[in-house]
Amino acid sequence: MNKSINISTDQLINYLLHLADNSLIMGHRNSEWCGHGPILEQDIAISNIALDLIGQARNFYQYAAIPIKQSTNQPINLTTEDSLAYLRDTREYKNCLLVEQPNGDWAQTILKQFFFSTYQYYLYQQLQNNADDQLKAIAAKALKEVTYHVRWSSEWVIRLGDGTDESKKRLLRAFDELWMFTGELFEPASYELNMSTDFILMKEEWNKKVCSVFEEATIDVPVEKKWHQSGGKTGNHSEHLGLLLAEMQFMQRAYPNSEW
Amino acid sequence: MEKNLETVFQDKVDQEIKIEPKDWMPEKYRQTLIRQISQHAHSEIVGMLPEGNWITRAPSLRRKAILIAKVQDEAGHGLYLYSAAETLGISRDEMYDQLHTGKAKYSSIFNYPTLTWADIGAIGWLVDGAAILNQIPLCRTSFGPYARAMVRVCKEESFHQRQGFELLLTLSKGTEAQKQMCQDAIDRWWWPSLMMFGPNDDASPHTAQSMKWKIKRFSNDELRQKFIDMIAEQVKVLNMRLPDANLKWNEERKHYDFGKINWEEFWQVVGGNGPCNKQRLDARKKAWADGAWVREAATAYAKKKASLNPSKGGTSETV
Amino acid sequence: MILLRKFYYGDYGESKNGAADISSDNSSSGVVTEWPLWEVFIRSKQGLDHKHAGSLHAADAAMAIENARDVYTRRMEGVSIWVVESKHIHASNPDDADALYDPANDKAYRHPTFYNLPDAVKHM
Repeated sequence: MNKSINISTDQLINYLLHLADNSLIMGHRNSEWCGHGPILEQDIAISNIALDLIGQARNFYQYAAIPIKQSTNQPINLTTEDSLAYLRDTREYKNCLLVEQPNGDWAQTILKQFFFSTYQYYLYQQLQNNADDQLKAIAAKALKEVTYHVRWSSEWVIRLGDGTDESKKRLLRAFDELWMFTGELFEPASYELNMSTDFILMKEEWNKKVCSVFEEATIDVPVEKKWHQSGGKTGNHSEHLGLLLAEMQFMQRAYPNSEW
Repeated sequence: MEKNLETVFQDKVDQEIKIEPKDWMPEKYRQTLIRQISQHAHSEIVGMLPEGNWITRAPSLRRKAILIAKVQDEAGHGLYLYSAAETLGISRDEMYDQLHTGKAKYSSIFNYPTLTWADIGAIGWLVDGAAILNQIPLCRTSFGPYARAMVRVCKEESFHQRQGFELLLTLSKGTEAQKQMCQDAIDRWWWPSLMMFGPNDDASPHTAQSMKWKIKRFSNDELRQKFIDMIAEQVKVLNMRLPDANLKWNEERKHYDFGKINWEEFWQVVGGNGPCNKQRLDARKKAWADGAWVREAATAYAKKKASLNPSKGGTSETV
Repeated sequence: MILLRKFYYGDYGESKNGAADISSDNSSSGVVTEWPLWEVFIRSKQGLDHKHAGSLHAADAAMAIENARDVYTRRMEGVSIWVVESKHIHASNPDDADALYDPANDKAYRHPTFYNLPDAVKHM
């Protein structure tokens, strides 16, 4: 851990927004399942994860709002969790591409969750030792939630991989859809540098976990070979995000300056 | 012998002793309960859809979280109720099948669309408010598993109505557009929520048996009146009005008088001609059909694991 | 006209054979794929017994515990969960209730209040 490095206010803001956006967009996607899950019990399970993630996003946004208020070169209207979530456009969102991908079928949703939760798990493990007390506290709380998300999603990956021919086929298809968005997780954007996080270690741990779950799921995939797409962290998103935001932000855009 | 059992059964009910699944019960009691509980469960599950419609558009993160938690609660309530019905010898899959084939019904209120954000508040305040009035007496219903499920439901339900009212209260203090949205939602949900209590008592002739069995404890009209008296006062706090020119306090009756309910509309919606009947059922059927391969995969995996390691179910620790 | 014989809250009448008719063929595919039913027992806080909370469906025990966590402990209702597949629960027969439980009725001497002691006796 590098306590000595001083990071700029702008960097901290961007970093917090990145963490918040990741959680919000992932939670939003999960919430799309609410009422449409494959069985009641799992409908409830995935809604729980959505709630955890939206809770994390709120914590990060609320924290981000503090330095934003103090900063002179930030837009003055973006000083609450809601303005940060609802009034920034696609190019300002800093989430990674993985989380904005559509849910697809249950296999795609599960695999996306597994990739993302495993990433969050190792990231928060590091962040819970961060020099920044606030960040540390949010990460420590979130880590408990994410630990469960990893357990839940990895068990489902195994079930689907080692379930029926159909489920295996769907899981492999989900892999083809999603794998290219996993590389970005470990390519630090400028605001992620000097945040006392070790990306090389994170990637190593993540790979190890993914491989061991894949092995148990009896799926054999060439995990290293493919091209990775990136850009989300710096606002270069897929077209999916714009549509998601159009829906999510509709009320705040259509009825500005209102209390809800 | 049969007669005797029936007397013993009725004695227990009269003494407020709960009937449990393995106790003897008249076949008609069992059938009626299965129908009532399963239809109640279906209402919870279908009821997730109109509100779920606004989860992705909730106007603040706080509201978004509240709405997810609420719709999720409804899934839980459906689950508790299906479980209670399952103790009577019907499986959840069978109940789903009855829902999907149109054999089983659910509350017609959920066949109305949620057009604006204010509808989420109106549903919480009016629809959940009406539901709670109906549900509280069911906590004392004669069948044990149903009563216990309802206790759990009522405990969780109490936040639903409050959040709805709070949502509308915020709108009522907001911009002109918000106020209009609020009034419009009340206008659209008021009459359908009155219909939730069912037809007038004289058009609902078979409640006597259910009263005797204590699976129903108040008549439709009694509960409806109670609801109207309650809401007519609460609406004043919102500074809104209820869309009924005939609504006024009757000093003699100590109740509010109210206008005529459009029962023709009610029967049409019950009969499948509501604005969203088809859409709701299609959504349920699609979710169930799309989930089939998921459920099969989990079953296949569990079987595989059980045969490899018969002493241990799954990966959990044994007690 | 729509045929409705009963109608009140939670009971929205019946059509065709009525929803309670479970004798008819019920599964469209004919294959039973329903996840087994589990009974859930929750310890609400450290030091208390596990108490029956309800039931749910799950494919295996691990999933049953997780489902129980998601379904029955959303409001901090528990610190520990037991699950058991419903089919493994053996219950006493209600018809035997008289023989099983009534004989305990007249054994008041098993209860401490049966014994009258002078007030002078402390700590007993």
